[in-house]
Amino acid sequence: MTFSQQYIAFKTIVIKEALRFLRIWVQTIIPPVITVALYFVIFGSLIGSQIGNIGEFTYMEFIVPGLVLMALISNSYANVVSSFYGAKFQHHIEEMLISPLPNYVILIGFMAGGVMRGMLVGLAVLVVSLIFSDLNIHNYAVTIAVFILTSMLFSLAGFINAVYANSFDDISIIPTFVLTPLTYLGGIFYSIQMLPEFWQNVSLINPILYMINAFRFGLLGVSDIPLTHAFTIIIGFIVALFWYSMHLLKTGKGLKH
Amino acid sequence: MKALSINNLHKTYPNGFVALKGVNLDVNEGDFYALLGANGAGKSTTIGIICSLINKTSGDISVFGHDLATEIGAAKSCIGLVPQEFNFNVFEPIEEILINQAGYYGIPHDIARERAEKYLKQLQLWDKRREMARELSGGMKRRLMIARALVHQPKLLILDEPTAGVDIEIRRSMWEFLKQINAEGITIILTTHYLEEAESLCNRIAIIDKGETLEQTEMKTLLASLNNETFVLDLNTHNQNLPDSIDGCKLEKIDDQTLEVSIAKTHSMNELFKTLSAHGIDVMSMRNKTNRLEQLFLNVLDGKH
Repeated sequence: MTFSQQYIAFKTIVIKEALRFLRIWVQTIIPPVITVALYFVIFGSLIGSQIGNIGEFTYMEFIVPGLVLMALISNSYANVVSSFYGAKFQHHIEEMLISPLPNYVILIGFMAGGVMRGMLVGLAVLVVSLIFSDLNIHNYAVTIAVFILTSMLFSLAGFINAVYANSFDDISIIPTFVLTPLTYLGGIFYSIQMLPEFWQNVSLINPILYMINAFRFGLLGVSDIPLTHAFTIIIGFIVALFWYSMHLLKTGKGLKH
Repeated sequence: MKALSINNLHKTYPNGFVALKGVNLDVNEGDFYALLGANGAGKSTTIGIICSLINKTSGDISVFGHDLATEIGAAKSCIGLVPQEFNFNVFEPIEEILINQAGYYGIPHDIARERAEKYLKQLQLWDKRREMARELSGGMKRRLMIARALVHQPKLLILDEPTAGVDIEIRRSMWEFLKQINAEGITIILTTHYLEEAESLCNRIAIIDKGETLEQTEMKTLLASLNNETFVLDLNTHNQNLPDSIDGCKLEKIDDQTLEVSIAKTHSMNELFKTLSAHGIDVMSMRNKTNRLEQLFLNVLDGKH
């Protein structure tokens, strides 16, 4: 396929993916926004007013970056895992497998779908946060870079989950038992400086901690983690997951006999 | 030019099951080619490997001269597949299914729309273009898969039991459509369990069994090799005393008004009717007991051919 043909194919997958989650926006866009809005009301407004400031920021201002990123992470992941597994389950992934589409076009097409939904929900949550707190972006470049790169990372993770999944149960195990705990323990609601030293060190194993702190730096200008560490971890994971996803597509794991 | 060339194709599944033990096929450009075999013979595995849905264990495949191992993009562009099972997104409108499929082959959107319209109209699905695929009947879903397989205008169309479960009227219209596109130059490979379908449509045939190619020849050549045919005769007379054979033809009385006659291919039918008349047997109508290809197919599988 020529480059322009590959671009047409990529665009086809992206439009198909966008239409898929926009057709069912009541299931894909609204619920995460409502859930995070409740976090703002309960943790940010009601409980947060009793907690006081963290550093120079109100508790509400402190938790906004983490909650936005949580919505972005879970929706980027959920979009690709459900879309790709659905395509496997109904066998219409074969439409792509029999075509001359290179594997990387399939992969970045699905990844783009996850990024679109993740960013759409993340932005919606950010807009809702304006009801409760002012938005002051400290560093636009860092904010946008973390926003996009984190979404790419979890779209790839969702893709790998979908390739290995053999049932609909398998696509909810990782989000429930791995992703959600790591996100909550990734410093959404607290600074790891508040933890004993041992737990601070344990927290450093959690990659989501780096993303939330980098995003918090972008919005508020504060972070528990050096920015270079955060970007190294995020980009490192993206490269590793992309390479592994390509390997899975090449071998046909879960897709071909 | 060879549309498809398969040489010594083997497939062993991870559980040790050997599905293909050396399949060899040669399909010429323009052929309407029947690939026959019993259930589990290896037809769908062979098709799956040709279409890159199953990884081969060993063997060589080329499509219009493009090696599937080294020129996979060019080879895949030549192939359109109508699989046995429905494999489209049932939550997508059918026009969108076709346009997306064209998009995967790099066909621009406006051309994809034109082609989708063309094939949906040809397959009598245009009125349903905005409906979700799940709302279509079984016959319509089969036609949708044919339209989808054609939207990138492949040179080789592979149909894996395309008329399974389709009523006779739709089946006949599908036959006409397939004959038409074959006449327009598309090479077709057809697997089917309806042997009259293969006999009526195909000019070449391969029979595979237990993962091996047993026979590959011209349809006419194969049919010509049938030595005996059995006809069922409907009689006007109630003849209670029929002989066991007449003039070397074996007779079997089914009931008072029905007779089966096994006749050698070299035997004249005129002579048979003269002899029957001489015995006072008045024949009203006649038909083949079994499809000729069916008989040959069974002979090949039994090793009698």
